[in-house]
Amino acid sequence: MIVALSVADWSLALAGGALIGLAAAGLMLAFGRVAGVSGLVRDALSGRAEAVAFVLGLPLGALLVQGLTGGGSVAFASPGRLALAGLLVGIGAGLANGCTSGHSVCGIARLSPRSLAATMLFIAVGAGMVALVGVPAP
Amino acid sequence: MTGRPAIFLLCGAVFGAGLALSGMTDPAKVIGFLDFFGHWDPRLTATMGGAVTVAALGQWLVRRRGRALLCADPLAAPSSRIDARLLAGSVIFGAGWGLAGLCPAPALAVSLQYPVALLFVAGFLAGLMGVARLDRGGRG
Repeated sequence: MIVALSVADWSLALAGGALIGLAAAGLMLAFGRVAGVSGLVRDALSGRAEAVAFVLGLPLGALLVQGLTGGGSVAFASPGRLALAGLLVGIGAGLANGCTSGHSVCGIARLSPRSLAATMLFIAVGAGMVALVGVPAP
Repeated sequence: MTGRPAIFLLCGAVFGAGLALSGMTDPAKVIGFLDFFGHWDPRLTATMGGAVTVAALGQWLVRRRGRALLCADPLAAPSSRIDARLLAGSVIFGAGWGLAGLCPAPALAVSLQYPVALLFVAGFLAGLMGVARLDRGGRG
């Protein structure tokens, strides 16, 4: 079954995506830098001021949108599950040298076969995991 | 050079705003997108389509120009190799993504408003830096 979405739902999803693409295009146009969040986090941890600035920008931008739109409440997985999921995502992004932003946005925009392979596996295994452990109760 | 971090901050904020606007910061919507065998929520296809299209435009412009606007270095050519390390990493990443409905950027983006997401961020940093440390050990 497919969830029915309104025109507003689709528009927000598309507009949000365009903003993500704009940020990626901005870093690429200005500095030739791939907007891969895992790589930027690694650079931030090694003390590069520009990477720290990007990482700090993420919650600031999100907070601004939440403030403007009101944004409903959001539910998260249990603490243990969050930590385990984060650990898997960190190991995976470290080995694959990129995450959803670097591979699924910037890499696919470049038509990189490597990033296409990574993205297909992200989605296939993610879907398998959701089928396996189920959708958390609301 | 002081302008450089400011542009990174702006790009991070635009990125975070896009994540919040699209719904990627809501784990339920990400899990809905991955729920092909249950109630599939297709909205993130529009998010990915919009992001890839605009990012591709930026790629195209910078490639046509030959170099970036504010950086004299030649454009980097990222690896295009598909190897076992990439595939294993992608499988492990997908497992974590499906487990909590979060990936690194959305988790960082919601962390001010929902500090519980910092548990995910802590796990992410441990995994990322653990791999980096093993890599350094392997080379040394």
